[in-house]
Amino acid sequence: MISLAGRDILHAWGKFIFTGIGLGLLIGVTLTMAGVYRGMVADGKALLDNSGADLWIVQRDTLGPYAESSSVYDDLWRGVRAMPGVAAAANVTYLTMQVRHGQRDVRAMVVGIMAGNAGDPGWPPYLVAGRQITRGHYEAVADIATGFKLGDELKIRRNRYNVVGLTRRMVSSSGDPMVFIPLKDAQEAQFLKDNDAIWMQRRRTAANPAFNRPIVPGLLEAILDSQTTNNYVNAVLVRLARGYTSEEVAEPIRRWKRLTVYDRSQMEEILIGKLIATSAKQIGMFLAILAVVSAAIVAFIIYTLTMDKIREIAVLKLIGTRNRTIAKMIMQQALALGSIGFVVGKIAATFAAPHFPKYVLLMPADSIAGFFAVMLICVLASLVAIRLALKVDPAEAIGG
Amino acid sequence: MRGKGIHIEGLSKRYGEGDTAVLALKNVNMTVVPGEVVGLIGPSGSGKSTLLKCLGAVIDPTAGRMMLGDEVIYDDGWKVRDLRALRRDKIGFVFQAPYLIPFLDVTDNIALLPMLAGVPNNQARTRALELLTALDVQHRAKAMPSQLSGGEQQRAAIARGLVNRPPVILADEPTAPLDSQRAMAVIRILNDMARRYQTAIIVVTHDEKIIPTFKRIYHIRDGVTHEEAGEGRGFD
Ligand SMILES: Nc1ncnc2c1ncn2[C@@H]1O[C@H](COP(=O)(O)OP(=O)(O)O)[C@@H](O)[C@H]1O
Ligand SMILES: [Mg+2]
Repeated sequence: MISLAGRDILHAWGKFIFTGIGLGLLIGVTLTMAGVYRGMVADGKALLDNSGADLWIVQRDTLGPYAESSSVYDDLWRGVRAMPGVAAAANVTYLTMQVRHGQRDVRAMVVGIMAGNAGDPGWPPYLVAGRQITRGHYEAVADIATGFKLGDELKIRRNRYNVVGLTRRMVSSSGDPMVFIPLKDAQEAQFLKDNDAIWMQRRRTAANPAFNRPIVPGLLEAILDSQTTNNYVNAVLVRLARGYTSEEVAEPIRRWKRLTVYDRSQMEEILIGKLIATSAKQIGMFLAILAVVSAAIVAFIIYTLTMDKIREIAVLKLIGTRNRTIAKMIMQQALALGSIGFVVGKIAATFAAPHFPKYVLLMPADSIAGFFAVMLICVLASLVAIRLALKVDPAEAIGG
Repeated sequence: MRGKGIHIEGLSKRYGEGDTAVLALKNVNMTVVPGEVVGLIGPSGSGKSTLLKCLGAVIDPTAGRMMLGDEVIYDDGWKVRDLRALRRDKIGFVFQAPYLIPFLDVTDNIALLPMLAGVPNNQARTRALELLTALDVQHRAKAMPSQLSGGEQQRAAIARGLVNRPPVILADEPTAPLDSQRAMAVIRILNDMARRYQTAIIVVTHDEKIIPTFKRIYHIRDGVTHEEAGEGRGFD
């Protein structure tokens, strides 16, 4: 027996190829959407991996520092470092903002890191060019995704920073590239007001008789001083000593320091389960819509191809072709269309992925699932046409 | 001799029920012996197509008996179980238009029938080629139907009707789209084939040119047939 579907496809290959390409672009978009979600998860995990931390100490009852704002005192880390099971503890600040470079600005997450060494919690674990920050002020290490180069001068608030090192795949949970600067600078950046605002605040403080007491010399100056320094950081990152579990270390910190502590798996749950959950649902909706649109296209094409063949189907039935053979022919055509579409879509997605502004991660498992989803959609979509074909009366082949 | 050709007795067909019922065939009797080509002639709406559809086992008669060869197909409401296999193995169809499958080449259009019956591809194609040669279109064996002239298409369609060596061939206005020379050629082929393969052939036609060629003609009017001797002239 010859393959009727195969022969029909060879005969009308142009129609199949063009429809297949159209369907393929739709499938490509679908695969890319899945890749966008995987990229978001991967960005979240990269953020946690690259932080070098096993525990995150944050403001009590917050989901900080990534999913909610959190602030803790910047002297807390000393006490934490002395606790059993803590190998390293470091302050860190995170601030997402536009970083200016010449005429353009780049959305970036500015990370404030304490003086220390590569490998300390919070520090970029490796560089692709240049060196780590060695001075206490006005040096920066930038992710290459910012587009900055070694020696570039950045402007964060009023201060200028010299790019001394470049790193790779250091991104925030929303995919913004990171710019590392010294902690003191970062604290100031979070808090720093413009000159007018500072001047206004001084005047208000000086006008308050509770603060401006001529009989207590130096009081006003002390208060003004405290108002312009920032003693907060967003979190303390902790690395565990060998042989300690995260719970063994986290529990005393929760109890004695009265702070909230998350371990790696809890942090992942916050990032993936909460921070990107809405985006994931959004993408899920898109996937559902794309699936319905693809199904409609396949159904429509297979239906019209079958409509064009009513006469031939009547003849096939008249000369004794089984209904099963005709149904198989239509279903095979739908599957062939789906296969062409999938191949085109996979190729399109693979070539398009690197050009997206955020990380798009195409996972083989998603492609396999996508392939089976396409096949299932094609089978379902062909049912309409099969129903039509089975209803064709062989008597139609004999004229009226 | 292969079987007994076509034999029908008291065949009736009613479309619809009650007030709107149409009695399209009324107590039709007809016999066509193997090797014979008979004409079926009648005005439009007289029941030709209905009779052909009953003979072709695509619609069931309301009453009467029908035999193809030795096999009883219909008998007052009873019918053979697998009409599809019956059509495939016992009946060859030739239509007014060739209705070749456009996505199969000429050979496979013809070989498809034996393939559907389970004959291996090679054997089926060999059989198709034999017939194409007999019908003098072997030079078009690898062409697609759309590349053939009307006459070539019709000959290919006749080859398809013959390929399973059915005891019966039903031809519905097979010469309508053809000029008189080609129409005569088709009738000659049908007569040759009837003789060569001992096939019983019924040709429904309006075509004045070919009517004189039949030795026997059934006239049909308002669902009633009567038989008549034809002129039985040659085909030139
Ligand atoms: N499917 C049908 N339903 C109802 N009436 C039909 C149907 N097919 C044919 N008829 C009627 O049966 C009669 C015979 O029709 P038909 O066999 O097509 O005649 P012919 O082929 O000789 O023109 C006509 O009166 C026609 O209207
Ligand atoms: Mg008719």
